[in-house]
Amino acid sequence: MSAVQNLPLQTAEVSGSETHIRTRILQGLTVITVVLVAIGVYLALGYAPTEAAQGEVQRLFYLHLAAFAGAFIAFSATVVGGVIYLRTRAVKWDTLALAGVEVGLVLALINLITGMVWARPIWNTWWTWDPRLTSEAIMILTYAAYLMLRNGIENPEQRRRFASVYGILAMTTVLATLLITRIRPDTIHPVVIGPSPQNAEGGFEMTQRISTTIGINSAIWSIFVPITLIWWRIRLENMAERVRALKAQVIER
Amino acid sequence: MKTPFLRTVLSIVQKDLRGELRSRELVGSMGLFALLSILVFSFALELDRVAREEAISGVLWVTVIYASTIGLNRSMAMEREHGNLDGMLMAPIDRTAIFFGKLVGNLVFTLVVGFILLPVMTALYNKSLLDPIVISLLGLGTLGFATVGTLLATMTVQTRARESLLPIVMLPITLPMMLAAVRATTATLSGTPDDGSISWPAILVVLDVIYLVASFLLFEYVVEE
Repeated sequence: MSAVQNLPLQTAEVSGSETHIRTRILQGLTVITVVLVAIGVYLALGYAPTEAAQGEVQRLFYLHLAAFAGAFIAFSATVVGGVIYLRTRAVKWDTLALAGVEVGLVLALINLITGMVWARPIWNTWWTWDPRLTSEAIMILTYAAYLMLRNGIENPEQRRRFASVYGILAMTTVLATLLITRIRPDTIHPVVIGPSPQNAEGGFEMTQRISTTIGINSAIWSIFVPITLIWWRIRLENMAERVRALKAQVIER
Repeated sequence: MKTPFLRTVLSIVQKDLRGELRSRELVGSMGLFALLSILVFSFALELDRVAREEAISGVLWVTVIYASTIGLNRSMAMEREHGNLDGMLMAPIDRTAIFFGKLVGNLVFTLVVGFILLPVMTALYNKSLLDPIVISLLGLGTLGFATVGTLLATMTVQTRARESLLPIVMLPITLPMMLAAVRATTATLSGTPDDGSISWPAILVVLDVIYLVASFLLFEYVVEE
């Protein structure tokens, strides 16, 4: 034990006060995010009027769209991290890409589950092979495959390189999910902005309060939620990396 | 002094074709798998005449994409086993030339299997697939699968899980291609190539270009050692 305590912790010596300040900023950001999410939930549950045709279950929609917006931002962070990693080979960019995938996956799952709960009374089924539901499921599986690919590679440098390449390619499935309601005429998924396909089921009229709630919720979930979660995930990864380095040092002694 | 781009591509293609002509390993296993697959589908789906006509393009494309993952795995694994990949990486040639060389080889083998499938399915499913439009759609779709597949297989043969990983990483990425290919084929077979505002063959071409450009840009990052 004493040997461990006397270790020169090179990784920890990146000026203690600076990491301390960063932790404080992150804690502050987290508090702000939690408050904002609470405000968003209040707007969805209290401020927005009950939709005439669908009733209370339509309130889920505010979270549904917002979570997809957040997932989109998180997966975009993966592309940015991947491209910059391949150019600079700085490990932190790959950490950003990994954090983007994990946070994006969680947000995409929230999007999928809220959608299913909403679809039960409106479409009368939990799941239907609608083009957009299918492409969303494929998108989630793509990012699960990203995590499997990472696990399958032992050499860390190679793992980061391959993951960057795959993270960039995987973006095509996100874009396909976004665009599919515009190119497949047989979808029953309503398009929120712009005209819906003819056979869309469950679209609704936008009133002032509804569009305000959509706008504010989407802003919160696409800016504050992904940034805060990704930041925490990066911090966790850095700590795990330090633990690995320390373990290696201990074994060497 | 680098070997010219086109000559490098041609010699890699030539090497793959010569090896295949001698062993018939790739087209043999892919072709056998493809034939089994169409038989399995006809039992599993218990196809009557109407169902067959609706399902035929789906069966065709699912068979082509699974057969291509088998071929891609073998083709890239052979490069690794015999130390070919290392040799090519050390040679004074463009990295992207290796990509296009392997791509052409994989494309040719998958197309051969596809062209064997068309008459066989025509006979077994009693629906003519020997149509110039279907043949060109097969070419466009196979090009997209082979492009993404060559890039991804180069990565997955270098991993621990090897063969099992390629379908997992390749199928979701190529899904838009699959969708467009099935739709275009169904529209052609049912005699209504223009079903509304979108042209599926055009989407196939766009996807081919996107995949080619992306793989071209990303390939050098998956082979550097």
